[in-house]
Amino acid sequence: MQHTASALIELGAVFFGLGILGRLAWRIGVSPVPLYLIGGLAFGQGGVIPLTGIEPFTDLASEIGVVLLLLLLGLEYSAGELVTGLRRSWSAGLIDVALNATPGALVAVMLGWGPTAAVVLAGVTYISSSGIIAKVLGDLGRLGNRETPVVLSILVFEDLAMAVYLPILTALLAGVGLVGGLGTVGVSILTVSLVLVLALRYGRYVSALVDSQDPEVFLLRLLGAALLVAGVASQLQVSAAVGAFLLGIAISGSTATNATRMLTPLRDLFAAVFFVVFGLNTDPSAIPPVLPFALLLVVLTTTTKFVTGWLAARKQGIRRMGRARAGAALIARGEFSIVIAGLAVGSGAVTGQLAALSTTYVLLMAVIGPVAARLVEPVAQRVVNSRASART
Amino acid sequence: MDVTVTPLPGLGTQQEFTTGSGRRIGVITYRDGRMELIVSDPQDPDKICAATDLTGEETSTLANLLGAPQLVGKLTEQQREVTGVTTWQLPLVAGSPYDGRSLGETEMRTRTSVSIVAVIRDGSVHPSPRPDFVFAGDDLVVMVGTAEGLRAANEILENG
Repeated sequence: MQHTASALIELGAVFFGLGILGRLAWRIGVSPVPLYLIGGLAFGQGGVIPLTGIEPFTDLASEIGVVLLLLLLGLEYSAGELVTGLRRSWSAGLIDVALNATPGALVAVMLGWGPTAAVVLAGVTYISSSGIIAKVLGDLGRLGNRETPVVLSILVFEDLAMAVYLPILTALLAGVGLVGGLGTVGVSILTVSLVLVLALRYGRYVSALVDSQDPEVFLLRLLGAALLVAGVASQLQVSAAVGAFLLGIAISGSTATNATRMLTPLRDLFAAVFFVVFGLNTDPSAIPPVLPFALLLVVLTTTTKFVTGWLAARKQGIRRMGRARAGAALIARGEFSIVIAGLAVGSGAVTGQLAALSTTYVLLMAVIGPVAARLVEPVAQRVVNSRASART
Repeated sequence: MDVTVTPLPGLGTQQEFTTGSGRRIGVITYRDGRMELIVSDPQDPDKICAATDLTGEETSTLANLLGAPQLVGKLTEQQREVTGVTTWQLPLVAGSPYDGRSLGETEMRTRTSVSIVAVIRDGSVHPSPRPDFVFAGDDLVVMVGTAEGLRAANEILENG
């Protein structure tokens, strides 16, 4: 068959299949991320049907997927919100880092994968999925609950932590030594603070630069600016993803609202390709050996996230039921854990088994998270009732 | 009244207050301008037990419905100095002789020296209605006058 024709057929089949999976996922009330990963695992390396000839497109598309994921994450927040969110949540945020990054790092060390892999896996287990959590909170009608601002400000802290973490990770993966690494950390923290200050003061100029009444012009400028910034950031070893995130923060007001509306479907498309490519590049036969460790991480980090949410909510004077809801809401991991694992595996600096472990972990956590958020109230109620009856 | 404003990063803001009975009532304003009315659960004050999306028109209707008694209260407050003058809010029931007739036809002022200061219809307030204002069933008529005059006015609205 002609090359173009076969590539189009394969790509069409992949997109169409993803469409069916996505519909199925939301229908049963879970995030489509795990289904996309399974879709990717089923094909490609070691899968049922190997796909060939679409790599040039899917490789670039998955890069764009990461840029768009982070750009839209940045668009969600205004710089002002980030600053107030940070002020509200820094202590809970630090507990979050300590409790949830440690299990990942420990397991990587336990497996003898080395310090770089430990930093990668720490990030994978630390970062909650703001996409899944926001969707679940909305679906369950909990946006007006008193614990919800607590949950959201922890997510804000995590997203900002990503902006500092990703450049460090990129530097580590590039094999920069300790001194060079510290330099990169300094540069990235400086860049992030600088952009925050600029966005707070001059955000409207950045917005004006991309804004246009004409949707076509607007989309081209926005996408162009995002790819340019991401590319330059990547060239400067600050990570393309962070560049896109910071651009998103700098764009504010109605421009940000319009940009979000326009880019969301694009993001969903390219991010889906990113998850599939990650699944494609993961060898399913590598999963069984790491499965016990994935399960260990699932148990550990479900508990630690729950404790994080519980403590953060308690600090705000929220009652027990609300603390339990906050704890359960934070459990889901998803898109950003895969972004981190994807960067690491793509660089070749860590073992391929890390991809298998991360995939399995995210597969489980992206399903457990929404289920836990849904079940926490009836379960907690039952515990309360049984305690009450035990007392009488 | 203490209104608490809480930012919901990435979503919008929430404004709420706590009632005397300990329930939180508030509004979530989303970035895109959507509004949601929220009421907290009596058993678990951290939780929302009712939430409903409201369009712009619906919010102003609700605001007027809730604001109407306050209008009467405010008028009463203003007339506190003037002894013998009160404000009443009377319904014009469907089937009243003035249902579909104009304010001027009631000759309210001449007959009872009561002033009609506002009419509330479908949640919106029509202040200082002119004599050509046409009544409809279920209007709430806000009147100012002496207690005796207001009783007479009520009689007129009911029986003509």
